[in-house]
Amino acid sequence: MISSQINLAFNKCKKEKRPALLTYTVAGDNTKKKSLEILNSISNHADICEIGFPHNTPIADGGQIQTSSYRAIKNGIKMKDIFQIVKTFKKNKKTKPVILMGYYNMIFQYGENKFIKKCKQVGVNGIIVVDLPWPENKLFAKKCKKNSINFIQLLSPTTSKPRMKKIIRDSHDMIYLISMLSTTGGKLKVSPKKILENYNKIKKINKSKNLVIGFGITSKNISSFKKADGCVVGSEICKKISNSIEKRQNPVKNVNYMVKNLRRKLL
Amino acid sequence: MKKIKKGIPLIDQHNKNGFWGKFGGNFIPETLKKPVEDLTILFKKLRNDKKFIQERDYYFENWVGAPTSFIKLENLTNYLNGAQIWTKVVSEANGGAHKIYNATVHSLIAKRAGKKYIVGDTGAGYAGKMLSMAAKKFGLKCKIFMGAKDIKRQKPNCDAMRANGAEIVPVYTGSQTLVDAVSECMRYWVSNCDTTHMCVGSTVGPNIFVKICGWSTSQISKELFIQMQEEFGKIPKKLILINCVGGGSSSFGFWNEFMHYDKKQVMFIGVEAGGPKKSKRHAAPLTYGSKIGILHGAAQYVNQNTEGQIEETESISAGLDYPGVSPLHCFLKDAKRAKYTAASDEEALSAYQLVTKLENLNPSLEPSHAFAEAIKIAPKLSKDTIICVNSCGDALKDRDILRQKLGKYK
Ligand SMILES: Cc1ncc(COP(=O)(O)O)c(C=O)c1O
Repeated sequence: MISSQINLAFNKCKKEKRPALLTYTVAGDNTKKKSLEILNSISNHADICEIGFPHNTPIADGGQIQTSSYRAIKNGIKMKDIFQIVKTFKKNKKTKPVILMGYYNMIFQYGENKFIKKCKQVGVNGIIVVDLPWPENKLFAKKCKKNSINFIQLLSPTTSKPRMKKIIRDSHDMIYLISMLSTTGGKLKVSPKKILENYNKIKKINKSKNLVIGFGITSKNISSFKKADGCVVGSEICKKISNSIEKRQNPVKNVNYMVKNLRRKLL
Repeated sequence: MKKIKKGIPLIDQHNKNGFWGKFGGNFIPETLKKPVEDLTILFKKLRNDKKFIQERDYYFENWVGAPTSFIKLENLTNYLNGAQIWTKVVSEANGGAHKIYNATVHSLIAKRAGKKYIVGDTGAGYAGKMLSMAAKKFGLKCKIFMGAKDIKRQKPNCDAMRANGAEIVPVYTGSQTLVDAVSECMRYWVSNCDTTHMCVGSTVGPNIFVKICGWSTSQISKELFIQMQEEFGKIPKKLILINCVGGGSSSFGFWNEFMHYDKKQVMFIGVEAGGPKKSKRHAAPLTYGSKIGILHGAAQYVNQNTEGQIEETESISAGLDYPGVSPLHCFLKDAKRAKYTAASDEEALSAYQLVTKLENLNPSLEPSHAFAEAIKIAPKLSKDTIICVNSCGDALKDRDILRQKLGKYK
């Protein structure tokens, strides 16, 4: 079996003895064109790019990502634009894995099968659906797998061990560990040590899965997570975009600088 | 088409994934899986626990004030000259609306779960006011999420919440109404589910919240069932139960005990908020054929665009101003057990004027929507038809809107 682009990206990082850096930005924030420019530039430093398809009733996102999402929706972003952004992006960056992330209603309205087909067409490598937990996601995850798309399961500090085992069993190449009880963008309210304990517990169940940590990770604390397979930074980037717009500065440049710095802190 | 089963409460007629037919379920982030499961187990235990039931009944009777009265509106009946108009004055309940039942039960559950904090959403402010009352009564710290627009238009209820020591968290996102308050409350719970109990203010949200709320408000029809038998010696041959529908907690509670009757005998009419006559916006997903979507953790008919973005609503009534509706009502619509229709802002206002002119009753803008429907259909119906309207809220909270729209309040 050929390894997925996601797996390959992790393997490369492991060889370099560092965690993978995953970025999260919202498609269409603040415009279609700008969000593509941001992606193009940060993908020089990020190993995997998560791209949010924004929803206007997000029940698990904090202020920063909400602001980015509402801004993108207000500027008229549609599902078809999001696929176009991915398609254009993948044209220059063929091997850079892209993960789409969002809420189930958007997929439901688009049609599950049509959504997966379109993802495959434009080169999406993975999908995260925030509000489609296990076991409700089993069928959708299977459909993704059939189409060589990674369905990424989430684990949280509230996930019990027996449940963890079952979720891991049904997971694909990558698993996402939510660091703490929080929406996205919360302040890291538990110590990195505590988070890594939970991380190790999961790794013990299955070493071979690439496990990334997200929620509350910023330039300030990212270097505490060097032992992880990957770190996701989202809200800090979204906030930087907001600040740049506010100050009439170029978000592309500012975000690029930030992500470059994040990458440096993982070395 | 899904059929309603006899002999099992409707709240329990869901599958193992929490769906009533195509509706409901648990579209929640992983973090909430455990707290939702814990709550599900606890509720299952408590509803079979005699002591818990005794406790609930004690507080319903002695604190909420059960039963609320069931009366005939003689003047309105004479004026309309058709079906008899009766009402269950649920607004007599402590605090002034049916939201007290759900708030009381949730607070009792929170105590049993060992939680010290309770949070809830509110639109009209009644769910918030009642939760603040119950929290105070049972010694819980309380936070209420409320859209900034609603804080302005429902001031009397906000004053009450603050007086009860609750913190009101204003929500500025989206339309700054109930939908945004529920979202923000759920987000808060995601971050604080280890210490905090969440009360969803209506029969919406993930499966277990629909169940707890429906179980609690069913008190209304339990009382009504007995009162009807006392009044008429039996359940009338032609009975129409009319209720406004926002999230659907008062209507579900008003109908539950009559669920197994043939709809030819006991008809249910749910009245949604049609919004201003001139506006395209409304809060009536059942009436206007909105598509199924996911909102606040459950599949339901919901106002949305083709992309799946939830649409903004518009209604004079903050309590009905919600783009979705309970999965239970979606199910009742599809099973054809209940009929749904809408009343416009203007119709609700004139119903309010007529009812308050003729009767010693002061229904808030939400039940005024239900009265609008009763006023519309009663003249065409026979005199032996009994229409009963749930007068589920008191209009004091609407003081400012009524003054502005009608030039006076009472
Ligand atoms: C008096 C009153 N009636 C009705 C409603 C609508 O909610 P539901 O349909 O859940 O009863 C509300 C909600 O705030 C309310 O305050």
